[in-house]
Amino acid sequence: MTFRKIFTQHIAEADCHTLEFYQRNGGYKQAREALNGQDPDDLIEQVKAANLRGRGGAGFPTGVKWSFVPKSTDKPKYLVVNADESEPGTFKDRVIMEKNPHLLLEGILICCKAVAIETAYIYIRGEFVFATRRLQQAIDEAYQAGIFGNDSLGSGLKIDVTLHRGAGAYICGEETGMLTSLEGDRGQPKLKPPFPAIEGAFGCPTVVNNVETLANLPYILEIGAEAYRAIGPEKCPGPKLFCISGHVENPGTFELPMGIPLRTLIDDHAGGVWKGRKLKAVIPGGSSAHVLTADECGVAMDIESLAAAGTMLGSAGIIVMDETTCMVDALVNIMRFYHHESCGQCTPCREGTGWLEKIVHRIAHGEGRMEDLDLVLEVCDRMVGKTICALADAAAFPAQSIVTKFQDDFVAAIQNGGSPAWKRRHPSAVGGAASHG
Amino acid sequence: MANTLSFSSETMKQYEWLLTRYPTRRAVLLPTLRLAESEFGELGVPEMRFVADLMEIPPAFVFGVVTFYTHYRRAGTGKYNIQVCSTLSCALRGSEDVVSRITERLGIGPGETTPCGQFSLSKVECLGSCDTAPMLQCNDDYHEDLTLEDVDQLIEQLRAEADGGQNG
Repeated sequence: MTFRKIFTQHIAEADCHTLEFYQRNGGYKQAREALNGQDPDDLIEQVKAANLRGRGGAGFPTGVKWSFVPKSTDKPKYLVVNADESEPGTFKDRVIMEKNPHLLLEGILICCKAVAIETAYIYIRGEFVFATRRLQQAIDEAYQAGIFGNDSLGSGLKIDVTLHRGAGAYICGEETGMLTSLEGDRGQPKLKPPFPAIEGAFGCPTVVNNVETLANLPYILEIGAEAYRAIGPEKCPGPKLFCISGHVENPGTFELPMGIPLRTLIDDHAGGVWKGRKLKAVIPGGSSAHVLTADECGVAMDIESLAAAGTMLGSAGIIVMDETTCMVDALVNIMRFYHHESCGQCTPCREGTGWLEKIVHRIAHGEGRMEDLDLVLEVCDRMVGKTICALADAAAFPAQSIVTKFQDDFVAAIQNGGSPAWKRRHPSAVGGAASHG
Repeated sequence: MANTLSFSSETMKQYEWLLTRYPTRRAVLLPTLRLAESEFGELGVPEMRFVADLMEIPPAFVFGVVTFYTHYRRAGTGKYNIQVCSTLSCALRGSEDVVSRITERLGIGPGETTPCGQFSLSKVECLGSCDTAPMLQCNDDYHEDLTLEDVDQLIEQLRAEADGGQNG
């Protein structure tokens, strides 16, 4: 079967974001059928059979997640769509929300039917002002057309959706942090269990799904679980949006089957490493993922293959670095990010991210000591798995792998009075490192 | 201390509508802060106190929420709030040069506002537009794939706009 794009096939066309365009191209047909007569359990079984895995980062099977929500409960149930898209290197959900917003809304309807949910919230990051406008416009159109509301798509079912704007906090991409923020509080994560499926938004059973995950649903219903599972690797099938940024000729979002080799993505789709330079390092799944060296980039871009390579697909945010990149400077940047974004409630994360930034920063600035390399790894050991959410792990993984795989850059910075970029900016300070010994 | 701020009737309607969309009153805090931000232009202590009174939430709680997030427009922000993305993908493609150029043109560093109150500059974390790096957000708008000439042009354009506004 030839690969068909489902998220981005029409995005170059002028009115691709409108209801009229979407319906003219078969939009809302699957949701209409699902809402009018399909059995909720059958829907969940289809999504399970398709082996759709969450596209937000964790890769949990979507149908299985839905089946954790209790069927008989006195409480309302909620769907909260994670549109916070804040993992550095990731900009895929933005494309769906700006160019194909009705695809997301149709996915929401299908999920709501399958799990018997009446109320959905889309938690969108505050900086995405244009995407917010586009999505709100789509929601307004859908309400006017009777697609949402008290008689959604003529099914007699009540399904409401509300767009909820965040206000700038990476941690709100973490599902419990997002729910806390939705409830009107500082976005600090909560311990699991209880998982959101049992006790999520407002203390009620809640499905949390990523934008791209939900946008797969109409296609699964259209072609069936078996045909869907035939796209890409069996254990992690489907069409996928890959984001490539950094040192490539043609950065962007590329829709391809799961499992495409990383090197093919970079060379054939993103135009190769820019300026004719050589590849040095690649972060394959957002800045929280372990880094890969140029030699390791033959790996297939799917959850299982990247896990076997010691890293992760994560949010499929691929950051490419060419041979001129100093990995000390790259790590300073990443550590500053996590230090800034740590919500501060767990000591290992609050203190650990601060120390990691401080140590790597002093190496870059010509004040590093050889024992700092071990110290970085030791601090990481005291963070991973020791906090409420995964932000501490997300900070530790790039630190561990960059310091280990690119040790030469760190040793050079320690021995030569700082990173090359820092020395260029501070020529008079070069050679001053000896006085710190 | 009496609070002299109030929402217009149009904004009040939006606030009332928000209350119908959530099961708890507190859940409308973030959207209500957005309403206050656009109604009053910024969120300083009086604005936060107003929202606290309106929603019957302790002012300290509102302050805690506002300051937890980075994207609310805080008191003292310039008319044009220039936020340069400085996270890895942008840094790899020259975000530091963009910051330096703006500093050169406006005479302010990151975290500062021009004495005339027109421009604020800050370095911010990932804005989710890594494929168009380097980029910045000025108020609501993204400016992407920036060259240093684009930066000069943007500042000229904003200056002209600001002058036009002052004279007109």
